[in-house]
Amino acid sequence: MIRLSVNGTMRELDVDPEMPLLWALRDVLGLTGTKYGCGQALCGACTVHLDGEVVRSCVTPVARAAGKSVTTIEGLYDHPLQRAWCDMAVPQCGFCQSGQIMTAAALLAQNPKPRDQDIDQSLAGNLCRCGTYLHIRAAVKRAAGMPEE
Amino acid sequence: MAITRREFVGGLFLSFAAGRVFADEPPGAKPKTSDPASTAGLQPNVFVHVASDGQVTIVCARSEMGQGVRSTIPALMADELGADPSRVRIEQADGDKRYGDQNTDGSSSIRNAYDDLRRAAATARVMLVAAAAQRWKVSPGSLEAHDHAVWNGRRSLTFGELADAAGKLPVPKAEDVKLRPRKEMAHVYQPLPLVDGPAIVTGAAKFGADVRLDGMLIAVIARPPVAGGKVVSFDARRALAVPGVKRVIAMPEPKAPFAFQPWGGVAVLADNTWAAMRGRSELDVKWDLGANASYDSDSYRRELSASVHAPGKPARNVGDVDAALATAARVVEAEYHVPHLAHVPMEPPAAVARFADGACEVWASTQNPQAARTEIARVLGIPEEKTTCHVTFLGGAFGRKSKADFVSEAAFLAREAGTPVRVQWTREDDLRHDYYNAVNTQLLTAALDGQGKVIAWRQRTAFPPIASTFKAVAGPAEGDLQQGVTDLALAIPNVRAETCDAAAHVRIGWLRSVYNIFHAFAAGSFMDELAHARGLDPREALLEMIGPPRIVTLAELGVSKLPNYGATMEKHPIDTGRLRGVIERATKMSGWGRRGRALGLAAHRSFLTYVAVVVSVVRNGSGKIAVDEAWLAADAGTVVNLERARTQMEGAVIFGMSHAFFGGATMKGGITEQTNFHEYRLVRMPDAPRKIHVDIVESDGPPCGIGEPGVPPVAPAIANAVFALTGQRIRELPLMRAGIV
Repeated sequence: MIRLSVNGTMRELDVDPEMPLLWALRDVLGLTGTKYGCGQALCGACTVHLDGEVVRSCVTPVARAAGKSVTTIEGLYDHPLQRAWCDMAVPQCGFCQSGQIMTAAALLAQNPKPRDQDIDQSLAGNLCRCGTYLHIRAAVKRAAGMPEE
Repeated sequence: MAITRREFVGGLFLSFAAGRVFADEPPGAKPKTSDPASTAGLQPNVFVHVASDGQVTIVCARSEMGQGVRSTIPALMADELGADPSRVRIEQADGDKRYGDQNTDGSSSIRNAYDDLRRAAATARVMLVAAAAQRWKVSPGSLEAHDHAVWNGRRSLTFGELADAAGKLPVPKAEDVKLRPRKEMAHVYQPLPLVDGPAIVTGAAKFGADVRLDGMLIAVIARPPVAGGKVVSFDARRALAVPGVKRVIAMPEPKAPFAFQPWGGVAVLADNTWAAMRGRSELDVKWDLGANASYDSDSYRRELSASVHAPGKPARNVGDVDAALATAARVVEAEYHVPHLAHVPMEPPAAVARFADGACEVWASTQNPQAARTEIARVLGIPEEKTTCHVTFLGGAFGRKSKADFVSEAAFLAREAGTPVRVQWTREDDLRHDYYNAVNTQLLTAALDGQGKVIAWRQRTAFPPIASTFKAVAGPAEGDLQQGVTDLALAIPNVRAETCDAAAHVRIGWLRSVYNIFHAFAAGSFMDELAHARGLDPREALLEMIGPPRIVTLAELGVSKLPNYGATMEKHPIDTGRLRGVIERATKMSGWGRRGRALGLAAHRSFLTYVAVVVSVVRNGSGKIAVDEAWLAADAGTVVNLERARTQMEGAVIFGMSHAFFGGATMKGGITEQTNFHEYRLVRMPDAPRKIHVDIVESDGPPCGIGEPGVPPVAPAIANAVFALTGQRIRELPLMRAGIV
């Protein structure tokens, strides 16, 4: 039995400890906002926070989250990034955006006024096939209260 | 948490400007307003319903995959109806012929339906006005519908007050329904709010893989690694020993032509995805790889090169190219190559199916729910009426999700297993079993006279056509060749195009802008080569080769007909004035002609839309090529949602950059060599330009395509900019192969 906190609620999971956190969240807990895109930490669609740090849940065994606190997109509440994302119509298909927002949220938590290079570096692991990168950059800056140019 | 998700989403809604359209709950199985059971109020057709309380429901029959169709169509129809957008709900249609063509493909949602969908809404408006006229005993001609009510001067009756009475009136004939003049269409050429934004940013939006049914098993399938391969035998014992694995089921064997058939192989079904994946890796399958196991991209490339160095089958002919080449003062010739390209939508294919009492219900991220139903019915041997297809959000599609193979896999397994099943493709499955964009080689040859004028243009193209996936074919069809071969406007007296042989060894499919990708790459690059050969500015040379503003006739093109993306030549002629117009706008924006930057230009008409792209390239800190800025001008006729048109074009620049820099699926022994994103690379944020400037021409012309036409000019513009910077001519994609990115 693996005990962990997910979005502020304690959970007990009776699963293979090697099961990636991604599938525990999606298949067992029904939190489908976290997405599967590659299974090898190459695309960032599965990004969640583990004790506040960004992890790729597709390669994180659920056992590694035991006793820790997991935050998924469903656990962000009225985050400035979510507002900026909507106001600036960032998403196209939307599939990668949970991961983009979770990565950006961790960036802003550590670096409230990121430079362009910081944003690029932080989000380099999050692919978007629709090509929303410029909108993402601008929305991160807006959420950080910085000029978008 | 005390505040519920719904209230939170509501809060986000309130943060928008007034006048937005509310999104429905994500697509699902709940009863539809458009079902015959709920007939109260006004419902003149399957697209519009006005309830007795004034709630307006608009059905979106096309799939949402980022192009914003759910934000655009309802706003357009609300305008035509005179509805208050905040009182409009959107309902996602299931696959059903009563909606007409639902295939979300070919950049067609607005251009094909613009008049019809407006008429569907206008019909409801005319009936509401007629009901008000009866109530007031006045002529309907003196009444107006706006702000969710019908007005007679200052008197008004709300849509809700009129809906029941209007619903009892006869539905007027189409010819008696007048559309609003453009000036009354407040949402046309406007940036519209993104209705699904709140659902996406909270993780609530349901994609294909997000649908969960009671008792559902997850299936991961070991498919034949080569097109046409077969299972000889398999041993499932170790797979079945993996905790969580419930069943191992042999898939039906596909027979050529493959079309949308399930791909065969062996499915492992488990109570979670991880167990299904582990179970698959424990399967012991013996494959017969079949005839395509000899397919090798490098040797095939040599075959295509040999193919275009011999005369092919004529596709267009004007004047006498051979005579012009024989007497030319100078001949310029270049061979171009673009490999197979993969779709790699961020969401790998996924579908959920349930089978009970001889009927099958599926939930799928499909671009074409009607085709999915047809294929499910075929695979299960049941009538199409016994199938239902709900459309979820699509996590990227780009043409991949028009193909129903993954949907019918789920349907087959749901019946065999006797439980609901989700089929989950892994990224490796997606890359290995794609319907790849065709691989292509072209030879372009031009004759220059003594003054350096281009007097002849010969284009030979060799690619395995999409039709090879569906039937035995001899070569490309007219619809294939109109994508940058037979439709190229050239003010050159002698022009000939030929198609050369190219056999298919994988499933060929359509990828966002399709054959235009490689035809525009070759033609756009060659025009730049000719400019440099002549010592001319590429922009001036391009405008000279396009020639003066004119409507280009079939005779000038040297063809007897042109499919023209399903549109008539009268409504959507090839207009060089519009092509010149976007070239002038894009180059002006970019500061073309000023020194100090390495710029490349290309322009292309596809899906009836004219697009010109200028890119600037630089060397980055490590000496590699980077695109630092891009300018795109598009003339797509009437554009409804300016914001989504711009973002589709911005996305097209990134999409085209991915092809140009990294694109290419290659095969060895018939097996695709790229397995995941480390091998099939895409542009990432640090690779993206600092700025992409998009200029959408304001026009009253008939609407043209938006989703695809931004892509084709991007790769040649990049290659031309690379030449401007380095003097190195790129004739083969991706640039990665030349080691410069």
